[in-house]
Amino acid sequence: MPLTREGIAYRIAQDLPDESFVNLGTGIPSLVARFLPPGKTILIHSENGILGAGPKARPDEIDPDLVNANGDYVTLIPGASVFDHALSFAIIRGGHLTHAVLGALQVSRRGDLASWRIPGPRVPGVGGAMDIAVGAQRVWVATMHTTDQGEPKIVEECTYPLTAARCVRRIYTDLAVLSVEGEQLILEEVAPGVTVEDVVARTGAPLTIPPAVRTMEIPTEFAGTALLAP
Amino acid sequence: MDRVVATCDEAVADIPNGASIMIGGFGPPGIPVNLVKALRRRKLHDLVLIYCGGGTEEDGIGGLIADGAVRKLITSFPTHPGATAVREKYLAGELELEVLPQGTFVERIRAGGAGLGGFYTPTGVGTELAEGKEVRIIDGRPYVFELPLRADYAFVKAYRADRWGNLVYRRTMRNFNPIMATAANIVIVEVDEVVPVGALSPEEIETPCIFVDRVVEVPRDWIRRAAPAPR
Repeated sequence: MPLTREGIAYRIAQDLPDESFVNLGTGIPSLVARFLPPGKTILIHSENGILGAGPKARPDEIDPDLVNANGDYVTLIPGASVFDHALSFAIIRGGHLTHAVLGALQVSRRGDLASWRIPGPRVPGVGGAMDIAVGAQRVWVATMHTTDQGEPKIVEECTYPLTAARCVRRIYTDLAVLSVEGEQLILEEVAPGVTVEDVVARTGAPLTIPPAVRTMEIPTEFAGTALLAP
Repeated sequence: MDRVVATCDEAVADIPNGASIMIGGFGPPGIPVNLVKALRRRKLHDLVLIYCGGGTEEDGIGGLIADGAVRKLITSFPTHPGATAVREKYLAGELELEVLPQGTFVERIRAGGAGLGGFYTPTGVGTELAEGKEVRIIDGRPYVFELPLRADYAFVKAYRADRWGNLVYRRTMRNFNPIMATAANIVIVEVDEVVPVGALSPEEIETPCIFVDRVVEVPRDWIRRAAPAPR
């Protein structure tokens, strides 16, 4: 069974180590914060100027001067700090974030990322994605394996405008976990009930298949949220 | 040395057509909405705005764009929900956009305020946002050259100011405000509260008064009810 969007976020959260400093993009990446394993100290960075962002604020907790980069009213954990945008992007570009989780329109087999613009008569807007993609120590992508129309999002070459070249280290999808190593795209894990052939068929680039591909260990649900698609 | 001005309308009264204006804020926090609304009442045209988002009707920046007051917007993320005026004016060919990576956007402003001639950044290398820009290899890695950015005016939102214009911010209200306060010829600040000189501790002042020209006090009701007591 493929993972739900929450399932992808849950799977990523399990891989974040203790004492990591993480920026989460919008969409599926933003869901990772809901599944951080207890017992690990993981500080969430938000590019508008927070290190140590907490859960979304309940109505009675809303502070009108406190949002995350998603525009959500959030809380701060004990030990959090707030700062201006220049310092926030010094943290990003300066290589101080241990991890970033970003969404994607396309990822190439070499780890090129396209995530900011669909060509056509649209307003362009990039935000912090280009800075985060070049700056974080490890860039992980969280995405559905294919588009809603079934087109592969993992491709030989990106056809959409690039966010950054050769920046992605790992790709977490509803079907699989892949890692980028040089010219090779390695299939590390498949979702429960998903076969290697399923993943190959839905991937637009050649995969390196190890002799034994692990099956993800993932519960069906977590605190009432489905992690596996029915 | 008293920088306090009675009203937002008075604070923006001398801004001419064609002026370049930086506006702080990210999401609702840190947008000097009352200065923006006063600017909108001036019914100017050909303004160049330097603002990270696209503006909304509520914050007034979208309203300025919808009014046709803005010739060009230098921005990073004008595609958020509510940025309808940008979309309409841009697609109609009535608004020029310069879109920058967010870190480049703020660093250009920082360089402008710090007297630098520009900087090299790894951000954007190999993308369409670096087209036409100088690329230099430093220690084996390619960097894009970016120019400094300054403006005629900056609209800044802070929490408290003293009468000299020393500024204190709350939470994520900071965002672009302390940086923009360094990079414009005339810096106009909207604050929740003005306090006497000496009432702010030197350590908490994030923008020293040397950068600030005008301060307008516009109390927000919620902050009297909900804000933690000032230290």
